[in-house]
Amino acid sequence: MATEHGAAPAVGMPQLDTTTYANQIFWLAIALVAIYLILTRIALPRIAAVLSERKGTITNDLLMAEELKSKAKAAEAAYNEALAQARAEAGRIVAEARAAIQRDLDAATAKADAEIAAKLAQSEARIAEIRATAADSVVAVATDTAEALVAALGGRADAAMVAAAVAGRIKG
Amino acid sequence: MATGEGGGLSIHPMDQFIVKPLFGGTEIAFYTPTNVTLWLAVAVAAIAALFVLGTRAQDVVPGRSQSIAELIYGFIHNMVEEVAGHDGAKFFPYVMTLFLFILSANLVGLIPMSFTTTSHIAVTATLALAVFLAVTIVGFVRKGPAFLAMFWVSSAPLPLRPILAVIELISYFVRPLSHSIRLAGNLMAGHAVLKVFAGFASIALVSPVAIGAMAAIYALELLVAVVQAYVFTILTCVYLRDAVGDAHH
Repeated sequence: MATEHGAAPAVGMPQLDTTTYANQIFWLAIALVAIYLILTRIALPRIAAVLSERKGTITNDLLMAEELKSKAKAAEAAYNEALAQARAEAGRIVAEARAAIQRDLDAATAKADAEIAAKLAQSEARIAEIRATAADSVVAVATDTAEALVAALGGRADAAMVAAAVAGRIKG
Repeated sequence: MATGEGGGLSIHPMDQFIVKPLFGGTEIAFYTPTNVTLWLAVAVAAIAALFVLGTRAQDVVPGRSQSIAELIYGFIHNMVEEVAGHDGAKFFPYVMTLFLFILSANLVGLIPMSFTTTSHIAVTATLALAVFLAVTIVGFVRKGPAFLAMFWVSSAPLPLRPILAVIELISYFVRPLSHSIRLAGNLMAGHAVLKVFAGFASIALVSPVAIGAMAAIYALELLVAVVQAYVFTILTCVYLRDAVGDAHH
């Protein structure tokens, strides 16, 4: 160390001591070659591969995202279409059911009306019959009563006259 | 560094730059392992640690050290493409080697008690001359005699062109000088100033100021270490552009 310190001031700047140049340049060359080999054999291809792989991954992910997005859109459209179809179907079924019920209702009403009409006609016929029977009975009862009255008064009833008189009265 | 025998201050700011054999002796042959060898090896090891160990997972989502390696890769790759042009991209591994070496050597040189290989003109001049020779050779191989058109400024008035050619020629040959001295000078000055303040720190009266100044200068030197590596590299790219790109830039 002492000799080194002694030598240094004589040289001034150690950088200008040309006796060390060969040594420095020799080892520098070795260091540079070592760095160059490390970089070109291992480091640079590795980093380039990682960077391109990352680029590829990002591109793929973006493409996949785009694809999934379009798929989601298609699925949404299909869902909406299915929903509209279901609505239309439901409306159709409701209308059909309504029409069927109306038809049944109409049929039932018509049938009931017909039955009612038939019963009405029957009833009217029976009423007319009863009325006719009642009118005959009135004639018979009136004739009998008139004959009885005439007999009670001491007269002799002429059947034809009585009948005519009754008929005249009933008509009146 | 320390007070001398007689109580006087003896600061040796330049002693840190002395090249010493690593295993004793004073003889320095070109193959002798010296402190230069040691700190070059540390610089190479730091690069290997970051770029080999740090990237060994090869994750698509990078970890911390892989991020740093990728960041530096992208930074230098862009610089070469943008400054040297698309044709210069094939020189990317060389530029990357240069940048990483200077950055790593500058930064490990800031470890206390270490030796800064890039503060030596022999080292930086070798780098600068290598760039200069590579640019000149590549220029002539790529363009042939047309490479000389770079000195003939066709956009200038004709009478001025010979004068400009002389100036351009001189500036071309001064390039390796400025290229190398800029780097070595910056590093050497910074480290010498650090040592001077370290020497003052042994005087009780001024030691707080000296230590504060050391911290500030250390921070500045960290910046200088990175910026000088960047400057050296981008100038290399600019010179490469002359050789591979269009002459008019």
